[in-house]
Amino acid sequence: MRNILPILAVLVALAVLWYAAVAPMNIRGALDVADRGGAEVIPAEPRDRFEQSAWRLMMANPDHIALGYSLDRPRLPTPVQVADELWNTTGEMALRGRAMSKRSLIYHGWITLQSTLWGFALGTVLGMAGAIAIVYSRVVDMSLMPWAIISQTVPIVALAPMIIVLSSQVGIEGRGVPKAIISAYLCYFPVLVGMVKGLRSPGAAQLDLLRTYSASGVQAFLKLRLPASMPYLFTSLKIGIAAALVGTIVGELPTGAISGLGARILIGDQFGTPLAIWAALFAAAILAGILVTLLDLMQRITLRRMGMQA
Amino acid sequence: MSWLVFALVFWIGAWALNASLANSRWRGTIGVRVLIPVLFGVTLIVLWEGFVRGLGVSPVILPAPSTVAGTFAASTDILWEDFRQTVLKGALSGFVIGALAAFATAILIDRSTFLTRGLLPIGNFVAALPIIGIAPILVNWFGFDWQSKAAVVVVMVFFPILVNTVQGLRETDAMQRDLMRTYAAGYLDTLIKLRLPAALPFIFNGLKIATTLALIGAIVAEYFGSPTRGMGFRISTGVGSLSIDLVWAEIAVAAMAGTAFYGLVAWMERRVTFWHPSHRRN
Repeated sequence: MRNILPILAVLVALAVLWYAAVAPMNIRGALDVADRGGAEVIPAEPRDRFEQSAWRLMMANPDHIALGYSLDRPRLPTPVQVADELWNTTGEMALRGRAMSKRSLIYHGWITLQSTLWGFALGTVLGMAGAIAIVYSRVVDMSLMPWAIISQTVPIVALAPMIIVLSSQVGIEGRGVPKAIISAYLCYFPVLVGMVKGLRSPGAAQLDLLRTYSASGVQAFLKLRLPASMPYLFTSLKIGIAAALVGTIVGELPTGAISGLGARILIGDQFGTPLAIWAALFAAAILAGILVTLLDLMQRITLRRMGMQA
Repeated sequence: MSWLVFALVFWIGAWALNASLANSRWRGTIGVRVLIPVLFGVTLIVLWEGFVRGLGVSPVILPAPSTVAGTFAASTDILWEDFRQTVLKGALSGFVIGALAAFATAILIDRSTFLTRGLLPIGNFVAALPIIGIAPILVNWFGFDWQSKAAVVVVMVFFPILVNTVQGLRETDAMQRDLMRTYAAGYLDTLIKLRLPAALPFIFNGLKIATTLALIGAIVAEYFGSPTRGMGFRISTGVGSLSIDLVWAEIAVAAMAGTAFYGLVAWMERRVTFWHPSHRRN
């Protein structure tokens, strides 16, 4: 908790930087709006303004800088504008009882969350199964492990549109399944690597002890290897769920998606409403924060109950 | 049907060969260690080819690897142009700028414990965020050409490299720093001769994570607008116009570029941090 003060200081510094950047980013938009409103703008011709740098425009029109902080379609919105938009599309709609309306970010966040969780579950199961196979079979270890590493150097986004097309050709309705596959692809690797490390973490002495108890292979797995791998598992799960969320949003970005936070970003881009993009971005960040915090909490509780302090 | 049977028989045969190789006396040799994964990869391609041919899958849905290879060979000029646009111009320049910026920032904030304590948790958090969503905003700011792709890559690779570098710079222990002080080494000497070398394994870890992110960023940014070339552009238009074999050829290029990029950084790591315990030969 002693980090609270430095973190707050850095956040305040970032907010100040952000506010400072709004003025030069939005000066052109502000001058256009002022020009259309009949105010005097130097230079008066839009084409002349286009050729001047933002700094010179700000020097020439100090009165209109403030306008840049309240544009409807800013190049860079202020933090307050983003927070407003975020509140208007979440909390306020929920208060009016329309939390699941198609315009609400709660609805889109829910769609994204579903795919993320399905992908996370699929990726975790695949990663754990792969890790068990790798730890117990030398053939699998030698043939699968190099490909697991190579699979992560392949940019999945190149494959994402293909996965969506393929699953619709095979007859799967909607975007849910392909999105879950993409996020499982990104999520399985950290789980696999972490579990392999964790399952191999018991030393030879501990394994020998179980053999002197004449424990079977299954018992050795359940009573020694699996419990020993828990700290590794939770660390990888936290990386995995963040990766799964990235995968879902990447799956929502290619053309055609309608619902989900990634689709909100895409639609905001197509309709030229930057505030919607920023609100969706922050909603995704908040979602990622909540998911990682929940897993962290689960990790602390589980490990404390197992007698291992996290 | 015979294709299907052949693929299945090949699979079983390759698996049996792999199993016997993995348990043979030569399992420690370099040749076998390379041969086994290669055989596994070849098996996957043979299975793919066999299923597509045996079940008569339409090439519009899933082309056979041989078709993809044919398209690849026939359209190397397009693929090379896209590779230059996306990988060399977008991803690589963004990667270099982002890495240098993260590196400089890390060395600057490292001088202040207060800043480090504030920035490390935030950087860790931001590194876990879906930053990829910022792509349309940056394409809007920097235009359609490769500059906007490089900008997306800069933002994506910045935080993983920053966090890893800051963490690496804190790796030296008090004993080592005291030794430098007894040598009357100043800040700069300590940084260059002790702390940067000690941070190298961490820095390379960040760089390796960033290689994949760089390609992802450059390709996704092209979905939001690009000149009429580039891998992301070709993939999104190829899916629309049903030239799926070209899309798979692009995917093959992306896969090879990603693996080569990662391999290059990993090779540099081995050359530069040969002294580190994880690279010592037993």
